[in-house]
Amino acid sequence: MTATITIKKLVGIMALGSALGLGSVAGQAGEVEVLHWWTSGGEAKALGELKSTLESQGVSWKDMPVAGGGGSSAMTVLRSRVMSGQAPTAVQMMGFDILDWGQEGVVANLNGVAAEEGWDAVVPAALQKFAKYDGQWIAAPVNIHSTNWVWGNKALLSKLNIAVPESWNDFIEAMEKVKAAGFVALAHGGQAWQDATVFDGVVMATGGVDFYRKALIELDQEALTSDTMRQVFDRMRQLRGLVDDNFPGRDWNLASAMVINGDAAFQMMGDWAKGEFLNAGKVPGTDFVCFRTPGSQGAVVFNTDQFAMFEVDAERQDAQLKMASAVLSPEFQVAFNTVKGSVPVRTDISDEAFDACGKKAMADLREAVTKDTLVGSMAHGHAAPAAVKSALYDVVTAHFNGTMSSDEAVTQLAASIQNAF
Amino acid sequence: MSAPSQDNALRSAIYWRALIYSVLIVIAVIYLAPLFVMVVTSLKSLDEIRSGNMMSLPIEVTFEPWIQAWSSACLGLECSGIKGFFWNSIKMVVPAVAISAVLGAFNGYVLTKWRFRGHNIIFGMMLFACFIPFQIVLLPMSQVLGFLGLANTTSGLVLVHVVYGLGFTTLFFRNYYEAFPNELIRAAIMDGAGFFTIFKRVLLPSSGPILVVSVIWQFTNIWNDFIFGASFASGDSAPITVALNNLVNSSTGVKEYNVHMAAAITAALPTLLVYVVAGRYFVRGLMAGSVKG
Amino acid sequence: MKQLVDQAPAVSRADKGSDRAIGWLQEQLPKLVLAPSFAVIVLFVYGFILWTVYLSFSASRMLPNYSWAGLTQWDRLWNTLTWQIALDNLAVFSVLYIVLCLVIGLTLAILLDQKIRVEGGLRTLYLYPMALSFIVTGTAWKWFLNPGLGLERSMREWGFDDFTFDWLINPDMAIYTVVIAGVWQASGFVMAMFLAGLRGIDNEILKAAQIDGAPAWKIYTRIIIPQLGPVFMSAFVVLLHLAIKSFDLVIALTGGGPGNATELPATFMYSYSFTRNQIGVGAASAVFMLMTIAAIIVPYLYSELKGGRK
Repeated sequence: MTATITIKKLVGIMALGSALGLGSVAGQAGEVEVLHWWTSGGEAKALGELKSTLESQGVSWKDMPVAGGGGSSAMTVLRSRVMSGQAPTAVQMMGFDILDWGQEGVVANLNGVAAEEGWDAVVPAALQKFAKYDGQWIAAPVNIHSTNWVWGNKALLSKLNIAVPESWNDFIEAMEKVKAAGFVALAHGGQAWQDATVFDGVVMATGGVDFYRKALIELDQEALTSDTMRQVFDRMRQLRGLVDDNFPGRDWNLASAMVINGDAAFQMMGDWAKGEFLNAGKVPGTDFVCFRTPGSQGAVVFNTDQFAMFEVDAERQDAQLKMASAVLSPEFQVAFNTVKGSVPVRTDISDEAFDACGKKAMADLREAVTKDTLVGSMAHGHAAPAAVKSALYDVVTAHFNGTMSSDEAVTQLAASIQNAF
Repeated sequence: MSAPSQDNALRSAIYWRALIYSVLIVIAVIYLAPLFVMVVTSLKSLDEIRSGNMMSLPIEVTFEPWIQAWSSACLGLECSGIKGFFWNSIKMVVPAVAISAVLGAFNGYVLTKWRFRGHNIIFGMMLFACFIPFQIVLLPMSQVLGFLGLANTTSGLVLVHVVYGLGFTTLFFRNYYEAFPNELIRAAIMDGAGFFTIFKRVLLPSSGPILVVSVIWQFTNIWNDFIFGASFASGDSAPITVALNNLVNSSTGVKEYNVHMAAAITAALPTLLVYVVAGRYFVRGLMAGSVKG
Repeated sequence: MKQLVDQAPAVSRADKGSDRAIGWLQEQLPKLVLAPSFAVIVLFVYGFILWTVYLSFSASRMLPNYSWAGLTQWDRLWNTLTWQIALDNLAVFSVLYIVLCLVIGLTLAILLDQKIRVEGGLRTLYLYPMALSFIVTGTAWKWFLNPGLGLERSMREWGFDDFTFDWLINPDMAIYTVVIAGVWQASGFVMAMFLAGLRGIDNEILKAAQIDGAPAWKIYTRIIIPQLGPVFMSAFVVLLHLAIKSFDLVIALTGGGPGNATELPATFMYSYSFTRNQIGVGAASAVFMLMTIAAIIVPYLYSELKGGRK
């Protein structure tokens, strides 16, 4: 030890000290570094497809999984990477987050690939809004999920003589019946994002597309404080009475398992839940049923996973573009989405490879695109920026878990959305 | 004293002993419960976990989950278990603990035996550093690491842990050396020994207990850290806590609780080992001065 | 350098200049040794604190942005319902956590100090939770507290049909489960500190008291516990810093739920800075936390360092 240690020397000593000073070598040509939170199950398998596709083109895949908090840990890591000047090649991301990063000017330009492969013509406009910033393609969309779905256990429904509900009141009646029979009516996990996912569907079923747009996308104070919104919270309270007592903190896939095992009749959840049913070897139409949140048929509340592409050194750009192209390729779109429970982002793909629920989802999407009833999901960051989304989470989850009245909830909602700007 | 009263005294003493022992044992059982749940779960098959009582012993013991957790569980797209990440943590923790302990020892030595004006203010500032919530340093730290060219390296992570551990190690050593008789130092100076020689010959030989406290404290904190590991290391260089979190927080698919628990226990083994092996020195080291007000 | 110092007396007298240089170095050596650590702390702690303070007055949202925004972020912070909940929770949590840890730690230490045979083993048992992070034990705790899976179900299966323990899912009680898990983790450490303190007490006084025939409880309340004052203080400071930093604990057990019933300032700050893209509000909450900590710690440090040490 010398007495005149400088920071630089100290760092040098540390590098020596840390066995090998294992610094990650800057990415070689033909490497993509992918930050994502698909760490398990069918999602990881499906992503493995993309990896092998790229490897066959000579692009090596550096995996950077960060699980937890529906991607919030991954976003923390991303910030720290961007601030240290080492952005990953591609990052799994959703909705407004992508646009926020686009605004920071640290993203790549995919316009070349997009023009070459005609993305503009095949990707729905509502989705393009989140993949482009200022007319520039900055992300490669992977799938289209939708949140206004209900999943039901067919055997249990037949046993109790319950038909697929058409209207909200039918739905509540059906659930009361299930509860009376001693089963759990609604399988639900008490996490803020799950409460909000249910909320998406209830807003759509209660107020329709126009109200949904006004309240959750335009954040119109009048709509937010209207009687319709009050009714939405009344309905949330109704649903609260139909879940079992042990719901707080339960993961969504465990709630799905309750439906799969026949302990519960219904789950209101996005179509990633279908992946769980398929994983358990269940067949749509015979073992389980899928239907739109009663009252919202004809509209699709969507969210979409994308790989946002960040600005990287010149020698890594080629691999980045190859990856973007592979994500949008029809083969990968089919392979991934049949496993994940979502539908392809391209409208020019045949539904042949998809199961009954997948076919219905694709038909619904086409209908929604033509009727202009395709709207972004609030719960999953496709209706308003993260700050607003989280403000809504706070109120919805506090109301659902507490004793707040609908009036109070409406007042709080309007106030906390106001405060988030 | 008459015989009966002696008898009584003896009897009540025995009652007291029995009471003390039973209280201690009941509390020990309660403290062990979470670990017990983890261990038995890691030895059960998934079916048994679903159908059984979580507190019950496994009907059929299986070591499969342990093997899976160590070498074949999937974390993201790599399916090679947590073993690689375990070594990452070792590579990070050993230099970080060593460097922060050495620096802490020198700082404690200077702040007690070579005082200068303002030494208290400097010590106070270093001590206050122990109390900052780590979340606030994430972003500026990323920038500094990027600037130093240490982003995403094990060395960068070592630097971070050394910086935020310095306050603790300095505190431990300072309080310990505080009680060390100055006469010995003076005598050594008379003999013409210099700054480093005195440290080496006079203080270091009796620094064992406090070194143990510092090492245990730092080792535990650094090994268990998640927030820095997740933010400043990634992919292949991630420490074990990050890998464990990836495994346990999988977003979909069947939750293999037995594998999760086996992985969790594996991740905790080094710190448990340190506590079990060095626990007695820990109390001794605390006695030796670090608990002084 | 080391060689230079050691050889200093051997250097020839002719070379006066270098001799003086060496003398100066000798004098400055302690400061030079301390300098790197101090520099690092100044930059990485105080520099970052200043940076955070600045951010709380800036327009930062997604990434730091250095345009001045006055008190906007602070207004937002105090208008946020969750922040109020987080502060209330911190008050409840830290008071209960610190008091329970001190009481349990002291009790265990006194019981263990009664010449117990298996002291070493028991000590390790009480101490081991400190070795584990909640990333490791979180799942087990979650199960344990979950009425459908854990203690409640087990007790019912063993025949206690009315046994109820559903705090984890009750928004009014959930914060207490966080306290339980926190106390489980830290009380052993506090016990170790008290045990060290008890062992450090002069035996002569105790012997004298025993000869006088004072009952054991009196010896403890009158003589021993008052002497543990400094230990109480150290334990209090350690616990307070653990309480304020509690983050993994909440994330692993409740994720801030049910609803936002168990949000703490540390989790609030993290979520605002990193998931809600409101770095400005996150920075303001961080600064507030730092001020709270400083208000408690600085006077303590001042009295400790000024008044000399016992």
